[in-house]
Amino acid sequence: MPDKPDRNAIEVVNVSKIFGSGEGQVAALDKVSVSIRENEFFTLLGPSGCGKTTLLRLIAGFDFPTAGEILLYGQDIAPLPPFKRPVNTVFQSYALFPHMTVADNIGFGLEMLGKPKAEIKARVAEMLKLVKMEALAGRRTGQISGGQQQRVALARALAPQPKVLLLDEPLSALDYKLRKEMQIELKRLQNETGITFIFVTHDQEEALTMSDRIAVMSSGKILQVGSPWDIYDKPAERFVADFIGETNFLTAAISDVGNGKARATLKSGATIEATVAEGFQPKDNATVVVRPEHAKLTKDKGDLSGTVENIVYFGTDTHIHVRLDSGEAFTVRQQNTRSAGFGFERDDKVGILIGNDAAQVLRD
Amino acid sequence: MATAEEVAKAAERREVRDRWLLSAPALLVILLAATGPLLIVVVYSFLAPGPYGDVKWQFSSDAWTSVFLERDIFDDTLSLAAAHVTIFLRSIKLAAVTTLATLALGFPTAYFMATRSEKTRDLWLFLITIPFWTNLLIRTFAVLQIIRNEGIINTILLKLGIVSAPVQILYTDTAILIGMAYVYLPLMVLPIYASMEKLDFRLVEAGYDLYATRFKVLWKIIFPLVKPGVIAGSILVFIPALGAYVTPSILGGGKNMMLSNLIELQFGQGRNWPLGSALSITVMIIVMVALLAYVRNAGKSGVRHG
Repeated sequence: MPDKPDRNAIEVVNVSKIFGSGEGQVAALDKVSVSIRENEFFTLLGPSGCGKTTLLRLIAGFDFPTAGEILLYGQDIAPLPPFKRPVNTVFQSYALFPHMTVADNIGFGLEMLGKPKAEIKARVAEMLKLVKMEALAGRRTGQISGGQQQRVALARALAPQPKVLLLDEPLSALDYKLRKEMQIELKRLQNETGITFIFVTHDQEEALTMSDRIAVMSSGKILQVGSPWDIYDKPAERFVADFIGETNFLTAAISDVGNGKARATLKSGATIEATVAEGFQPKDNATVVVRPEHAKLTKDKGDLSGTVENIVYFGTDTHIHVRLDSGEAFTVRQQNTRSAGFGFERDDKVGILIGNDAAQVLRD
Repeated sequence: MATAEEVAKAAERREVRDRWLLSAPALLVILLAATGPLLIVVVYSFLAPGPYGDVKWQFSSDAWTSVFLERDIFDDTLSLAAAHVTIFLRSIKLAAVTTLATLALGFPTAYFMATRSEKTRDLWLFLITIPFWTNLLIRTFAVLQIIRNEGIINTILLKLGIVSAPVQILYTDTAILIGMAYVYLPLMVLPIYASMEKLDFRLVEAGYDLYATRFKVLWKIIFPLVKPGVIAGSILVFIPALGAYVTPSILGGGKNMMLSNLIELQFGQGRNWPLGSALSITVMIIVMVALLAYVRNAGKSGVRHG
């Protein structure tokens, strides 16, 4: 991971947004605070209705917070209208102007800023090159494909050289293959331009592959902020663990807490080591999570034991659903190889080995 | 044996014939109801006036000569008919000003309606169309009640002591304009609203996001995209406004003759049906030329979308 300077591009301080009034009022954001560093690819991840788009719209200026501050390099921008913020947005629907050509769309922001014509022309040409759309500069936006529209929307938002670029689920309308391509493309653009990206998505895979840091949101709150690795491997709460990837939840008795570690005694009687989030003091009983790929099946006695219920082949790997003797469900994911046979059948009695450093104690 | 191509051609011919047959009743109605009367007007304009109205069946181009020219009674020389020209210009000016006034009022109204929630939109639409349910004459008299010297406006102004004597609004050009704007406003609002309703307001947000101020967003994004509605509205207002009869007569007090009054006069007291016909056709030609020029001009710089 490249070194990121510790300067904050955006600071969201205790921001709340309440829609409606009286009994019908809904808190879309509830005292949210988060800092986004300069030059980072920051993702707001969460299910629909979690408040991620609301937060983005507050930063863009399309809505104004009910309470709290939004600082852009230390200056409170919350009360400013969108056209006075050096922040640009790539819309989910692209929102390209249908009465203008591709080039006019890209140049619109600069034109509104009152830049000289020659400068606009040069910058538009540069942007067209950046998103590889030179050949279609004179087309109307209705005459180009979805992927091309996406590129134009990006170029249009990047052209005025914003301090922060906001992206509202920009890839959701593209098909799978194009989406993969654009993920790489976006990452490249972010590296080349060095602009801070704030990316909103509900797609956990997209978030994990593209982001420097991720904020997981639910019901108007930010639950956890961290690198993709942190979020995936050290989820702090049940929601985060459940929302991102597949995972196994186990109840355990916790003892010997210290140094970010604890001993967890599982229902089977086996004791494993688990990591604990910084500054968190777990109670005696807690939930421990183990990712399916961090556990291993064995024919011998493992940390857990159970019966194979179902085997699902996924091409790259196989998922084995095990019913534990304690009654809980547990999934193990095993990498497939061409040569070796799989070695387990339905209804086999199996043991499960949980690797060192594979378990995490949840906060709830 | 016929080739496939010949069969296809025959089928196509049959289809074309069927299409004509099926549309024949509609075409007949259009021919009789629209083109027929128009043809009569054209024919009448080339005949001589009868002594008690009607026409004498004898060719004469006098009517056409007198549209813009005047024959001196003594020496038969022709000179420009100043009265007619004045009336034409006055009517065109009134129609143009009415169009501008309804546009200025109708555009914000349509914007307001289109930005309401879906439910309240229907209510506003309903309110806008209510005046259509009332007879034009009655609506015009209602306006008269409001603006006359003893009317609502003047009563309030006097009571509040803002003026010491009633302001003369009735029987002025202002009165005509107020009446015209009121009567034709829905015709402007509805087409603009129809365009505005389809407008993707995310484009407006995109405009704000790209540093466009409110005015720039209006001028560079909203206006070009609802232009088809503005054009339709302007046409719908301009044409009937040019031939408006009731409103200018009642609110203007008949002091200043409008085109419609002039034409009416020829068929009534003037007993000059050919001149009335020629004037009518002239108005039609003016409208057509104006429309062509307008649509062409608007289309050139405008949007081709949808």
